[in-house]
Amino acid sequence: MALAFDEYGRPFIILKEQEQKTRLRGLDAQKANIASGKAVARILRTSLGPKGMDKMLQSPDGDVTITNDGATILEQMDVDNQIAKLMVELSRSQDYEIGDGTTGVVVMAGSLLEQAEKLLERGIHPIRIAEGYEVASRIAFEHLERISHKFEFSATDIEPLVQTCMTTLSSKIVNRCKRSLAEIAVKAVLAVADLERKDVNLDLIKVEGKVGGKLEDTELIYGIVVDKDMSHPQMPKQIEDAKIAILTCPFEPPKPKTKHKVDIDTVEKFQTLRQQEQKYFDDMVQQCKDAGATLVICQWGFDDEANHLLMNRNLPAVRWVGGVELELIAIATGGRIVPRFQELTPEKLGRAGLVREKAFGTTKDRMIYIEHCANSRAVTIFIRGGNKMMIEETKRSIHDALCVARNLIRNNSIVYGGGSAEISCSIAVEAAADKYPGVEQYAIRAFADALDAIPMALAENSGLQPIETLSAVKSEQIKENNSCCGIDCNDVGTNDMREQNVFETLIGKQQQILLATQVVKMILKIDDVISPSDY
Amino acid sequence: MAVEKLLKDEATEEKGERARMASFVGAMAIADLVKTTLGPKGMDKILQSTGRGHSVTVTNDGATILKSLHIDNPAAKVLVDISKVQDDEVGDGTTSVVVLAGELLREAEKLVNAKIHPMTIISGYRMAAECAKNALLEKVVDNKLDAEKFKADLMKIAMTTLSSKILSQDKEHFAKLAVDAVMRLKGSTNLEAIQIIKKPGGSLKDSFLDEGFILDKKIGVGQPKRIENAKILVANTAMDTDKVKIYGARVRVDSMAKVAEIEVAEKEKMREKVQKIINHGINCFVNRQLIYNFPEELFADAGVLAIEHADFDGIERLALVTGGEIASTFDNPESVKLGHCKLIEEIMIGEDKLIHFSGVEMGQACTIVLRGASPHMLDEAERSLHDALCVLSQTVNDSRVLLGGGWPEMVMAKAVDELARKTPGKRSHAIEAFSRALVAIPTTIADNAGLDSAELIAQLRAEHHKEGSTAGIDVISGSVGDMSELGISEAFKVKQAVLLSATEAAEMILRVDEIITCAPRRREDRM
Repeated sequence: MALAFDEYGRPFIILKEQEQKTRLRGLDAQKANIASGKAVARILRTSLGPKGMDKMLQSPDGDVTITNDGATILEQMDVDNQIAKLMVELSRSQDYEIGDGTTGVVVMAGSLLEQAEKLLERGIHPIRIAEGYEVASRIAFEHLERISHKFEFSATDIEPLVQTCMTTLSSKIVNRCKRSLAEIAVKAVLAVADLERKDVNLDLIKVEGKVGGKLEDTELIYGIVVDKDMSHPQMPKQIEDAKIAILTCPFEPPKPKTKHKVDIDTVEKFQTLRQQEQKYFDDMVQQCKDAGATLVICQWGFDDEANHLLMNRNLPAVRWVGGVELELIAIATGGRIVPRFQELTPEKLGRAGLVREKAFGTTKDRMIYIEHCANSRAVTIFIRGGNKMMIEETKRSIHDALCVARNLIRNNSIVYGGGSAEISCSIAVEAAADKYPGVEQYAIRAFADALDAIPMALAENSGLQPIETLSAVKSEQIKENNSCCGIDCNDVGTNDMREQNVFETLIGKQQQILLATQVVKMILKIDDVISPSDY
Repeated sequence: MAVEKLLKDEATEEKGERARMASFVGAMAIADLVKTTLGPKGMDKILQSTGRGHSVTVTNDGATILKSLHIDNPAAKVLVDISKVQDDEVGDGTTSVVVLAGELLREAEKLVNAKIHPMTIISGYRMAAECAKNALLEKVVDNKLDAEKFKADLMKIAMTTLSSKILSQDKEHFAKLAVDAVMRLKGSTNLEAIQIIKKPGGSLKDSFLDEGFILDKKIGVGQPKRIENAKILVANTAMDTDKVKIYGARVRVDSMAKVAEIEVAEKEKMREKVQKIINHGINCFVNRQLIYNFPEELFADAGVLAIEHADFDGIERLALVTGGEIASTFDNPESVKLGHCKLIEEIMIGEDKLIHFSGVEMGQACTIVLRGASPHMLDEAERSLHDALCVLSQTVNDSRVLLGGGWPEMVMAKAVDELARKTPGKRSHAIEAFSRALVAIPTTIADNAGLDSAELIAQLRAEHHKEGSTAGIDVISGSVGDMSELGISEAFKVKQAVLLSATEAAEMILRVDEIITCAPRRREDRM
């Protein structure tokens, strides 16, 4: 360890308890970091593409998750290594930003690191490599822009959107009914989309799952599904033209926040208090009734007495509805969330054409459907499936599909999938490399090689000969000057992704390249790792 | 530089072939565990809990067995999960679904060893499952329109379901009970309306279905033991001390005399409440919560039968049966709907006194009283009856019916085999494997019955080669028999759920090529 001395020859203490820390410096540090980054990418590599395999993850509590969604795998893996954590972050940010391509971005970063390792061994300075990568990523970024296609669709012609969502879903376990799920996702997005402003608020789409039934029973409900039942078993199970009071105050006697005591010292007080209490309940119910509500949805619980009074006045009610759901209901029915009974007025009530309770299976599972709402902008995707894991995985897949559809509405440029965009970029970057003088040229060329990793992994996962397939496709692209040639993962017989209808969003791809490059640059710049040694 | 450590200390990671092996082995072990319970001659398992008292359960219900196991293998958990879902959704076939998934994986293992890619196997399985489902759809019988025949179908299904359970000795008796109970529901799948009361003593044959409603409670002291034309008020209200619910209220007095006054006021309040209840013009009052001695006495004085502490289910059911509503406030008697029944009386079953409500307004609910030699026996009987009730109530909704005794599996296997012959490419191996896995179910049934499965299955296959065959395994005589003559039927919904869930589970496990187990969460206390 390095030591510094002051003018009297006493050592400065730079690191506390220096001996107990391990420290990696220089090339060793970079190599170690690259190795761990690669290890993470290697785990995800086999999950890429339509024929990618799943990972089974057992959480600390023993729950099992089966998925091939990159972000989910990394999140649940509980990694301990700092660099690996960076990769996890990388995939998460892709998930937040785009929602799809979370596996691809990690594989891409992994292969960039792999190429960087080779360059480091040849003695090229890491910063030069990083700069070269930066230049190359910009070239690729622009090239993607050039090969992108505008993608025409409208609210009436949703077929192209469905096709895109199907590409996303085909890599998931749900690809058995990708067609119907893709349609559901597109319809849901279109229902909440604001085509003028090109904005989609995904919060308005609620994805709800219930174990049982089969995947084909998954449906899109123009309305809200709440996993609750009526508060009293004898309340009506179906309400037409419901006027809904949405309350955030409990049907209970008031509980002032300030501490107080009500002292009872005479019989009269005892009796007035009792009457007050009864009146209080009565007033609450009456106020709902007066406002013209035919259904009460409440965030809190009810007192038994209040419950019966509601029942008695023929006012069905649902209790313990979560805050998020309450908000969605308010949006969908056009009602206002009312925090106090006094403020309940007829204008603040939400409207829904049909509210019904539906029972499932042999157990006591009931859900409340709120349909034909005044404002149909809030929708619910209701997933059925064989088991809990299947539902969870379907939820994740639907989320990806929703994100893709949203991205297309925001920006309707697309590039073709199946690795074709990467191959095309790789060719462009390779060609551009020769124009750069200096050491960066090598880094740019390495970037081009790294881009090949994604089609390579696709081919490998599909059981094709990776090198043969890739070189064949590459030469085809150059020969025919056709940037749509990709890996034929599904064994359809053509390499032209246009015919296979496999495409991805432009921003998704661009984001992948930018994010991966950024993280790799960051990793390359680290030359000193100080960590507490094993305890 | 060696490969950096990625995961936390105790986490493990298994990759590729090893991962697949681990999940295959785990899943097959689970399937083999429940395999011997399949079919009418299946054996039971004893489960001993690790909790206090080491309570013992004897069962051959797949879902119950799997629920009680502590499993560490993630793939095995997938199977436990599907059996649980099968139980929730259709109630029966919990063993079959696990056995089928296990067999599918067993076949898949062979294919993987023969260097066929898991994805190819999956696509083959999918095609096969689709084809099998269609084959079943072609053969279903729907007797919904003909009430007589439909009832006969239900009877057959109930008998078939029960024949693999502990109740098989008296299956006719119980099948009748179950069918009667379900028919009363008139198409609703709300099994809560059917109450099952278990009373040790007597024999299984003594079990009976009661048209009325039985509440496992005692009548208060000094109150009438028998009421004709009862008017019942079902309530959920505090009958101990009616607390003041306004927050922060408390009693503060300065002399003993005041305490006495307040006590009187409290009593007065209760008396008023009781009076209000009595003013409803009732002669029976059932409360979910406790009734203290004082109000009980008041009720007794007024000649009202008061029943306290009926649990929530009991209350709901009672409200359902008598047509009354559950009340919590008593200020306006005219708007509260009272329940009615012809007769309330105390009856004795074994040594216990129960309250029997007969001649109720709504005939939907009913009670099945199970009698049996021991609590274990009763528990198992309840589970079996529950299975039968579930299947029946589902069948009432989806009235499509198939024959049983391995017949559907053979039909599916035949269709799938034909598909395999027509399909070019590697997938055909997977499709063939699927049909072999299907045949494994009748094989297991035969094996469990101690029959020569190889011989029987071969005969069955030959028999099924003819068009429209109705042959299946007749376990009783140990030969191939005509299932439609023997009256062995199964619900289509159950079979379909078995087929689809098992395929889905197998597919899920096949797709895995890496298992990452996180370090177990550290428990702060003990352990």
